[in-house]
Amino acid sequence: MDISNYLFLSAILFTIGAVGVVVRRNAIVVFMCIELMLNATNLAFVTFARINGNLDGQVASFFTMVVAACEVVVGLAIIVTMFRSRRSASVDDASLLKR
Amino acid sequence: MLSLALHSGTTATPEAVQFWFLAPLAVLAALGMLLVKKAVHSALLLAWVMVSLAFFYIAQDALFLGIVQIVVYTGAVMMLFLFILMLVGVDSSDSLVETIKGQRGAAIAAALGVGGLLTSLIARAVQGVPAVGLKDANNGGNVQGLASELFTKYVWAFEVVSALLITAALGAMVLAHSQKIKSKTAQRDLSIARFRKDSLGASAGLPAPGVFARHNAVDVPALLPDGSPAPSSISATLKARGDMLDSKIFELEAKEEEEN
Amino acid sequence: MTTSTHLVYLIALPLVSAAILLLLGRIADKWGHILATLVSASAFAIGVSEFFAMKSRHGDARAATQTIFSWISVGSFKVDAALLLDQLSISFVLLITGVGTLIHIYSIAYMSHDRDRRRFFAYLNLFIAAMLLLVLGNSYLNLYVGWEGVGLASYLLIGFWNQKPAYATAAKKAFVANRVGDVGLSLAIMIAFAQFGTVTFAGVKAGAPHASSAALTAIGAMLLLAAAGKSAQFPLQSWLGDAMAGPTPVSALIHAATMVTAGVYLITRSNFIFDASSTARLLVVIVGAITLLFGAIVGTAKDDIKKALAASTMSQIGYMILATGLGPVGYAFAIMHLLTHGFFKAGMFLGAGSVMHGMDDEVNMRKYGGLAKFMPITTITFGLGYLAIIGVPPFAGFYSKDKIIETAFNAGGTKGILLGGAALLGAAITAFYMTRVVVLTFAGSKRWDEKAHPHESPVLMWLPMAILAIGSVASGFLLASGSAMVNWLAPVVNASGVEGGKELMKPIVVSLLALGVVVVGVAFAVIKYRTVPSVAPEDVSIFTKAARKDLYQDSLNEALLMRPGQKLTSGLVYTDDTLVDGAVRSVGFTLATVSGWVRKLQNGYVRTYALVMLIGLLALIATIWMVTL
Repeated sequence: MDISNYLFLSAILFTIGAVGVVVRRNAIVVFMCIELMLNATNLAFVTFARINGNLDGQVASFFTMVVAACEVVVGLAIIVTMFRSRRSASVDDASLLKR
Repeated sequence: MLSLALHSGTTATPEAVQFWFLAPLAVLAALGMLLVKKAVHSALLLAWVMVSLAFFYIAQDALFLGIVQIVVYTGAVMMLFLFILMLVGVDSSDSLVETIKGQRGAAIAAALGVGGLLTSLIARAVQGVPAVGLKDANNGGNVQGLASELFTKYVWAFEVVSALLITAALGAMVLAHSQKIKSKTAQRDLSIARFRKDSLGASAGLPAPGVFARHNAVDVPALLPDGSPAPSSISATLKARGDMLDSKIFELEAKEEEEN
Repeated sequence: MTTSTHLVYLIALPLVSAAILLLLGRIADKWGHILATLVSASAFAIGVSEFFAMKSRHGDARAATQTIFSWISVGSFKVDAALLLDQLSISFVLLITGVGTLIHIYSIAYMSHDRDRRRFFAYLNLFIAAMLLLVLGNSYLNLYVGWEGVGLASYLLIGFWNQKPAYATAAKKAFVANRVGDVGLSLAIMIAFAQFGTVTFAGVKAGAPHASSAALTAIGAMLLLAAAGKSAQFPLQSWLGDAMAGPTPVSALIHAATMVTAGVYLITRSNFIFDASSTARLLVVIVGAITLLFGAIVGTAKDDIKKALAASTMSQIGYMILATGLGPVGYAFAIMHLLTHGFFKAGMFLGAGSVMHGMDDEVNMRKYGGLAKFMPITTITFGLGYLAIIGVPPFAGFYSKDKIIETAFNAGGTKGILLGGAALLGAAITAFYMTRVVVLTFAGSKRWDEKAHPHESPVLMWLPMAILAIGSVASGFLLASGSAMVNWLAPVVNASGVEGGKELMKPIVVSLLALGVVVVGVAFAVIKYRTVPSVAPEDVSIFTKAARKDLYQDSLNEALLMRPGQKLTSGLVYTDDTLVDGAVRSVGFTLATVSGWVRKLQNGYVRTYALVMLIGLLALIATIWMVTL
């Protein structure tokens, strides 16, 4: 099997995540899709590390994980606040900028 | 054999088997994530994808990341997701009908374009590039190798990221913290409020459900003296979920009983 | 020319005191009036010492200068904030600080019941400082600063009781009328700068003989406009009567002794301009003659004691302006009359204040009568001032006014006879209306309500009145004996030693003539006002009605200036609204409409924005794809 298959898988997962962000309304699902995209990039990083024969890709992947963790914490807190004030986790409900 | 295979950019057979077994399942799970109605199912499917990825990491000589993927992502992050889902309502399912005109079509077209171009780019980029493999890099062990990278070359980034983590934790606390603007309602206040209502009917408390227990008693409304059901006897949570039984049938029964 | 180092204290002392009193606020309530009075007195002391220092010097060395700092320095245009103290300035300094100090003392008692007395004294000090700067500046620009300062201080003082809308309006009126004059002064300064390249008195004086007569006439006319504004001369005199809204000491300080004299000072100071332009001189005498008659006529009909005195002030300043227009010989007489007038008019204003003090602020003379019995000191001081103003020898007014009438007659030809006649007629009317004031107030039977309890004022009030009365008696003789004033001012205003014109009549004839008309005026008034109705009669001649209405000056101003001005303003506002604002609004409207279309692209949904990002990513990857192809 060719190693580049991992990269193709990564691309596919990333694309699916991107579609999810755009089409799903539930803020939590949107968040999960973002996580999926981040994971896809992580997979690409790890594969690149293997292809290049050094650990820099893995370190990058590590940092991505940490940042993703931060993002999840803050993002979920925002969702909780949003839910508390409008009893809904739909991203479409938060369209006050237009009105 | 292994090193030769690596050198030409291909992997050994066991890894290929694992890949071809897990990769389609991961893609399917990811797609399912998009298509299922309930957020909690999406979360479970995402967890599956993440575990698959952990396997891929380990297969690619990234032992540490594989473990972290399971512990941090599948463990902590997904737990957090589920926790929030509990808070918002596990059973609430989303409508998948698109409300914004042209959104879905444009999204799929753009995604196909991105996916196609990315794949094509990757194909062009990796063509004829030999994979070096991590044999040398992981010589002293993967964790040790990563550690020496983190604490030498990337130490500054590491420190910054730690500050970011603390800030995020604080930020989450600030966001999630809600200030009480009035004192907690005491039993006395509730009692007064009950008697201040429009009608005195509910002053003694709401009627208890499940008078005629043909069903899961809690979701059956109680009957009023005239035989009509009292929707107020059902817990508001059940009502909100739509788990309340239709009261029509009970009404009919009540009338029949009267006739008899 | 002597260089001095302490001229600046003359101005700085009252200025700093005013700042202290205003900035400290109520903390200074207890001692503010004392500080202000002491400061004013010390300014007077400096003035006196400067006067004697000047007397001990001779020739050109008498004038002293002090450069405080370099004010404006733009290319070749340099203006120093510099002071000039010469024979003319010192006369004003002594008048301002001397009379000013007396009025400060008077005000301590007069304003003792006012809770804002400290603020009042701060304004008085500010006024003194501004007036001193006006007379001490060595250039038109420095004079201008003081000029504006005087305008500000008078505005603040006239409107001191601005809780009454009418008083606030009076202050505004004075300010606006003064503004018209100020425009004249600034235009004069600009023309002078364009013509001579400098605005110092010395520089303009040096350049004046070489300038074109048109430019000199223009400068002279503009200076006259400025003087008319500040000195309440025709046609800008309308503010003076209303300005009596201020507390009485203000009327004494600003509208009798000092501020209105600024115009006379300006013309006298600019003698080199007027000497070189006979047209400008002619304008000056016309304005002076009209105003002296105008004020006198208005004065005959006023029942308000302060307004009668104000009209009299206008008339007397008219005499001074007339004198300044008569050429080199006239200036000294103008200043002499100005000084004597400063004494007797301030004294009479303070006397009027004293009467009001005793009569519960009643100003209507028809409600007075027979006050001599109750206010002996006020009656005596006022009476001395009265004798001085109508020109009875040997009181002050006799010496100064006679000289002006005489000089007017000597102006030559028809002009001389006309001007002299006007001055003589003015003297007769002055005698009439001043007698009227005295008779209505102090003589006859009492016409006041039972509630009023007329009483003599406290010593702090009558002492300044007494001192001013002494001045009213003695100053004329002192200034006129041996032509003291003429010789003193000669280096400034009549350096070439021009003699008066051919004598039309012998001086003694003029004096007798003047005395004759005065006697007629007094007699007429005494006979006419043997009995006085306590309400002004309505069935009077149209002349009286006109005089009561200030000869319709306000109506004229309204019809000629205010109404067209309002029309112009509303027209401009309309144009601004439709044309200018219309253009602006249409730009806004167009933008808003276009934005409305563009806004449709925005739907407020996060997901759509995410989609746009995704499309952007597609574009990015596509670019990379093509670049790496």
